[in-house]
Amino acid sequence: MKKDHKNKKYGMVIDLDKCTGCGSCMTACMAENNVPFREDESVKTLSITWMRVYKLKNGKSFPDADICYLPRTCMHCEGHHGHAPCVSVCPATATDYSSETGIVSQIYTRCFGCRYCMGACPYHARYFNWWDPVWPDGMKKMLSPNVSPRMRGVVEKCSFCFHRYQLAKDKAFAEHRENDEVYEDEYQTACTQACPSGAITFGDLNNPDHAVFKLKKDPHAFRLLERLGTNPKVYYVSSREWVRRAGDNYLKHEKTGLKPKHH
Amino acid sequence: MKIDRRSFLSCVIGGAAGTALTPLPWKITDDISIWTQNWPWTPVPADGETNYVKSACTLCPGGCGISVRKIDERPIKIEGMKGHPVNDGGICSHGLAGLQLLYAEQRIKTPLKRTGKRGEGKWEAVSWDAAIAEVVKNLKGLRSKGRANTIASITGTDTGTVNRLVKRFLTAYGSPNYMTIPSIQDAYELAMESMHGSKTLPSFDFDNADFILSFGAGLLDGWGSPVSMFKTNSIWRDNKASMVQVEPRLSNTAAKSDQWVPVNPGTEAALAMGMACAIINDAAYDRNFVENHSHGFDKFKKLVTTDYTPDKAAEITGIKKTVIVALAKKFIKAAKPIAVCGRGKGKVPGTLNEVVAVHALNALAGNINKKGGVFTSPASDHMKWPEISIDSVAKAGLDKDRIDQAGSKKYPASSLLNRLPEVLKKDLINILFVAGANPLYSMADTKALNQAFEKIPMIISFSSYMDETASAADLILPNHSCMERYEDVCSKAGMQKNVISLAKPVIPPLFNTKNTGDVIIEIAEQMGGQIKDSFNWNDYESCLAETFGDKWDTLLEQGYITAEKCKYTGEAFNTSSGKFEFPDSGKAFIPAPGLIKIEGDEKSYPLILIPYDSMRLASGYTGDTPFAIKTVEDFVLAGKDSLAEINPKTAASLGIGNGKYAILTTPKGKVRIKLNLSEGIMPGLIAIPRGLGHSAGGRFLADKGVNVNELIGTVEDPVSGLNAAWGIRASLKKT
Repeated sequence: MKKDHKNKKYGMVIDLDKCTGCGSCMTACMAENNVPFREDESVKTLSITWMRVYKLKNGKSFPDADICYLPRTCMHCEGHHGHAPCVSVCPATATDYSSETGIVSQIYTRCFGCRYCMGACPYHARYFNWWDPVWPDGMKKMLSPNVSPRMRGVVEKCSFCFHRYQLAKDKAFAEHRENDEVYEDEYQTACTQACPSGAITFGDLNNPDHAVFKLKKDPHAFRLLERLGTNPKVYYVSSREWVRRAGDNYLKHEKTGLKPKHH
Repeated sequence: MKIDRRSFLSCVIGGAAGTALTPLPWKITDDISIWTQNWPWTPVPADGETNYVKSACTLCPGGCGISVRKIDERPIKIEGMKGHPVNDGGICSHGLAGLQLLYAEQRIKTPLKRTGKRGEGKWEAVSWDAAIAEVVKNLKGLRSKGRANTIASITGTDTGTVNRLVKRFLTAYGSPNYMTIPSIQDAYELAMESMHGSKTLPSFDFDNADFILSFGAGLLDGWGSPVSMFKTNSIWRDNKASMVQVEPRLSNTAAKSDQWVPVNPGTEAALAMGMACAIINDAAYDRNFVENHSHGFDKFKKLVTTDYTPDKAAEITGIKKTVIVALAKKFIKAAKPIAVCGRGKGKVPGTLNEVVAVHALNALAGNINKKGGVFTSPASDHMKWPEISIDSVAKAGLDKDRIDQAGSKKYPASSLLNRLPEVLKKDLINILFVAGANPLYSMADTKALNQAFEKIPMIISFSSYMDETASAADLILPNHSCMERYEDVCSKAGMQKNVISLAKPVIPPLFNTKNTGDVIIEIAEQMGGQIKDSFNWNDYESCLAETFGDKWDTLLEQGYITAEKCKYTGEAFNTSSGKFEFPDSGKAFIPAPGLIKIEGDEKSYPLILIPYDSMRLASGYTGDTPFAIKTVEDFVLAGKDSLAEINPKTAASLGIGNGKYAILTTPKGKVRIKLNLSEGIMPGLIAIPRGLGHSAGGRFLADKGVNVNELIGTVEDPVSGLNAAWGIRASLKKT
């Protein structure tokens, strides 16, 4: 892959010590991205939540029990040179890895619903539209024109609010900026913006001026299932060892913080 | 032609090769995907100019500033207002989903008059003129009979101009019965009155504190101003401040704190007293504060050192003595420690003892009226309205006692809605206004309140939504939704800043609704006489503009105004001694055990049911929106079933497994419920979240789960009369 200084690698660092599990990020995502809802959303494998907050437990009994919340978006895996697990299996080229932004796209009109990508994704970040989205009377009025509503039979997932990147890019272009440079605060995802705790930080992982560049180097930073080689772009930070261990399948004698060998 | 092997094979192979070479299969696959996707009913949202309107969130008393994104005239998303002193860009799940309340199916679209039986759901649409005329006719009738004191009102809070207009109307009309939805603030107000000498709310300078000891307060579960508290928690993380959570269940607050101290439920006050004893035994308290700026310390010392030694406290609370003593040491050694209470979101006032005991710790640390400490916050004084002119009928009415006896010697609290079922008899309330509140859902012992409401001949609801209380009303005068109206929002709960934000119409009213402020002014005008004179405003908007005077333009433009920060007043107190008053047995305090006994006998009800609060479940005036209910976890709500949290040990002793049904019985009721086995709860307890089990509120919310308020009764605090029931005894049986 061409190493170009213009290439961005957008990613997130989520501070699990600050996350309170309030669920704002989930709602912010739904409201931003025209995510549909049904009367019963309690079967979570069928409930479309691009952003889902998981509750982790330390497995100990009362009173040593502990919990931690973990917001899970699409990890926008880079894999080896953009070979994200989902991208490699999609027969319709409906999902692709952008080397310009590091964002894994999902093109609904190309997707014909084979769901290979869902099987390939180790993070359960992808959701299938088993039903046509139906908005109650009047609620269609709150749909955003920036994100196209999906239809029955396609897979959808977190886009890192790509439409916000496009808007920021348009602005940069209109202002004749050099390389259409998008500033850090101009492109932020809806969940980052809404988080009341400021637990989510978003930006270009390649850019030393962006906050995420430094935060990802925190000694307590880890990524989910890192050793699978998915090379995800969402980092988590937790001061609790058991939480870091929960991020991957560790054997008893293994320590956290080991980097995958083939990277 | 004869079909031989050769021609057969060439036909098959040729056909296969031909099909593969033609674009046909690819074209068909492509077409299939297009056909399966291009349903005409997949909406294409209209595009337009993006613009933002600054407003304020009215969904809870938190007082967050919001910025509503619009496409031309169409509001499409609510975001937090950047730079707002309360939330600075952050926003909670419910605020984000506020537009779903604007477009909600349960919106009331026009004034409604009941035609069938109460609660039957049969309504007749009436005009605003007819609806207001009916209210005025009834109000005039009562007044002419000298029964002016038999009207009452229930509002969500007592801040903000709309609530104050309701209060003003009641006063001018001649009724003292202005009631509000209870909360921990009622108990704090009384504690501050007895200890600081001002009947006002405390402000906690949390941001600057370095040790936070919470006695069950769900600081990160929706206590106070939720978004502001989340921000504060992040400050604590960055500043390496310590946080200790005392509570029997591993709430989100407990999970986020540095130390979780599981305590026997309802014994928090004993722990505070035990800690006070340990501090006094070590003579580790702030000598300067105690000796020079407090009064009654010796009596307090005697009380705790005899009745609440750490040994005794350990016995009551179930916490080891060493833990209590260590906690006391950590607390008193911290530079800026704050002790705070109020279970969960603070929906139940609780016993005054508890608040007083907890606040006494702040005094022992001398961390009062100081940076990083607890303050008496000055009451917001922006509503300087002309004196109400009171005629003879009003005077006669106001001289009568309140129905709930609040404000009397026996019951010093300002409002005691919890006492209504007990005291309400026929002809005591003839007309009830309900605005910005849903008591028939949110009050403990819901059934008893429902029965009490049946004794009220006329219930007038101002709700925007067909909620439980509106469903039981006789006349509904629907308010605009939060996106269609002006309203001032005063943030107060626990904040060190007094911020007033302005909710503004983001969109013209969708339906035939009216701002409650306007309706009150209109009713007052039609009442005539001195009532009319007390409401000398053309409409609500002009009332607001006049109230804020020269600040109105700033409020309109900026979206908020910040009143003065709490002054670091040093050691000034308004008590008769001029000093901080330690609690003693003669005043706001009863000797050991001083704990509230909950309803139910141990033999029939071996377990204890406690309600808990979650940020994902709104449990006040409005319930969860479709978005918010989607965020509720599957171990809280599964289909239409609530799940009750219970320790695996307790479940094992009953022989009930995870996810299995059980019958939960309390002295108040019986429900079928699923169990969620959790190690994060003390054995012997059952926990159910508030916010589910609505009978109204639209198809996305109604009939899902159990309303815990229906299972729990009220217990009167002997000191204040406020509801102090922190739970109820319960039993679980296999189905």
